[in-house]
Amino acid sequence: MSRLNSNNILLAEEIISRYPKRKSALIPLLHLAQEQDGYVADDAMEHIAELVEVTPAEVLGTCSFYEMFKREPVGKYMVNICTNISCQLMGGEELLHHAEETLGIKAGGTTEDSLFTIEDVECIAACTEAPCMQINYRYEGRLDTEKFDQIIADVRDGKIDIASHGTLSKLRQSIPQDRLSGIKSPDEAQTPVWFSRRLPEENEVKIDGK
Amino acid sequence: MASNQYVPHAAGFVDNEGPKLVTSRFTDPQSFEISNYKRSGGYQALENAINKAPNEVEAVIKESVLLGRGGAGFPAGVKWGFLPPVWPRYLVVNGDESEPGTYKDRLLMEQDPHQLIEGCLITCYALGIETCFLYVRGEMALAQERIAKALNDAYEEGFVGKNILGTDVGIDIVLHWGAGAYIVGEETALIESLEGNRGMPRLKPPFFPAVKGVYMKPTIVNNVETLSNVPWIINNSPEEYKAYGSEASPGTRMLAISGHVNRPGVYEVEQGVVTFRELFYGDNYCQGIKDGNELKMFIPGGGSAPWFFEEQLDLKLEAKEVGAAGSMLGSGALVVMDETTDAVKACLRLVRFFARESCGKCTPCREGTSWEEKILQRILDGHGRPEDIDLLLDIGSQISPGVYPTASWDSQGLEAVSFPPKQTTICPLGPSSVAPITSALKRFRPEFEAKISELKTAGVEK
Repeated sequence: MSRLNSNNILLAEEIISRYPKRKSALIPLLHLAQEQDGYVADDAMEHIAELVEVTPAEVLGTCSFYEMFKREPVGKYMVNICTNISCQLMGGEELLHHAEETLGIKAGGTTEDSLFTIEDVECIAACTEAPCMQINYRYEGRLDTEKFDQIIADVRDGKIDIASHGTLSKLRQSIPQDRLSGIKSPDEAQTPVWFSRRLPEENEVKIDGK
Repeated sequence: MASNQYVPHAAGFVDNEGPKLVTSRFTDPQSFEISNYKRSGGYQALENAINKAPNEVEAVIKESVLLGRGGAGFPAGVKWGFLPPVWPRYLVVNGDESEPGTYKDRLLMEQDPHQLIEGCLITCYALGIETCFLYVRGEMALAQERIAKALNDAYEEGFVGKNILGTDVGIDIVLHWGAGAYIVGEETALIESLEGNRGMPRLKPPFFPAVKGVYMKPTIVNNVETLSNVPWIINNSPEEYKAYGSEASPGTRMLAISGHVNRPGVYEVEQGVVTFRELFYGDNYCQGIKDGNELKMFIPGGGSAPWFFEEQLDLKLEAKEVGAAGSMLGSGALVVMDETTDAVKACLRLVRFFARESCGKCTPCREGTSWEEKILQRILDGHGRPEDIDLLLDIGSQISPGVYPTASWDSQGLEAVSFPPKQTTICPLGPSSVAPITSALKRFRPEFEAKISELKTAGVEK
């Protein structure tokens, strides 16, 4: 629906400034749009295209490749249940079925109150804590149906504080201008000054490159 | 921080007996804070390194035979040596950990972000790199948060940025994060993604990152665990590093052991010393198979690795040994499956992963993996046809021609075929989908046949 708001435009410019080429900021900016609206709206993609100076089609091309970007509104909480091998062995598929039954939706669907979306996801790197899931990318492990129900109830009752879908890190990188060394553009072909401290050739370890 | 209450401290890490080179701070609940890092000797290695000439630092790492921990196991020092004398150069940190069964980089990023940052700085200094991109997997929100905080603190205290430690050395580190795509863990796909594109691998040659990487400039792509080892090596010495592990594979590795074991966990293990048997059954490690069951098979190095069986239990955890035996240690992910495991179901789940994650660039992989999935699904659902087994093997041979790597099977007189497989694709994703199929079919063919014939004769749908 919407373009980036004024605060996010400032953030976007700050993010873009950290890359030698504007297009490199594309994925972080799509995350910013998703943080703002809960999903990546068409207008936001057009706005991002203007900001990074590419066509809207290129933005869509990148956006559509990555699973985390949702181009339609989803629930406030994304419940990502892992069913990959380690979780499958420990009951991940049964947990997914339980989640589908309890919430009355199939994987990929959203509850009527727009609170929860369930996804059947690939390995989320918590394999020894199988079966595991993420709620808006926060981990929960060693789950069973009871523990799952309790977590869902706690989220519903606001007992667990999780930012709504789209927010990943609550902290952003921020480089003070006076601390920045200077992001190197691919056109700056200079060797760093300090690199001249290399010892002369004879001390070098010669490597047979392929 | 609200997110912390949801994440138990270093969940999964097991603080057992043994050397701790990269996980030494994991028992400190505040290990990620810069004050704690400095108190435990942090950023000392950076100072030591900057007091040396850049090529001296490079030589130390080369001398230590630090092997890449991302999967291929290529020596980092040799990789660095491929850089042509061209500037600017870039360092890209691969924190897009998503191989099934793998997690070590996530813990390193969450628990000890400064150790990683220090490793990046030393590497940049050694190679004359002024800009580093730290690419964290999209789904790892806490890792992103911890690294953002760590970078902000390190910039403020003068460890990163301009005039590092008061010298003329200037290095910037930029936190970048992905958005969910396994293939981006492949180094050329990672570079595409960093440039804002769809994460599709580039053809090598000519696009070897060391020569033509980010923005077509020389780029070193190193794994998080690899770089996290660097400060320890600089603080100590290559000799001390090589005192751990075996000659061909010095040092330790972080291994995530999941599945049917009594004490699953992430362990720091000396390379080339411990056997799979000790790891699964030993008191210091996983303490046996769950419920006293028998082992059926295990994956020694992530979802892409061909399976091992009890015949391979006494192999040491050493890359060359495991490679010759028909599989790989890969990303350090071991998945243990006991006798209750349905081989067809496990095989399908792994194949489905590759089918979902295929980027679509190469036809054999894009078409092949989805056909493999469909055929396996119909076998499991009871619609399998007798010719399906050969069909699966045929599709596999179109993605990975020739004899596929496999473990030996003594009682059948079958010998091991060594890793890696051949490929008709740009990257190894497609060929990886063949690993579970050949592994399962070679060993458990009767299980496939039974599913096909039983349900056929019964004429039922499961």
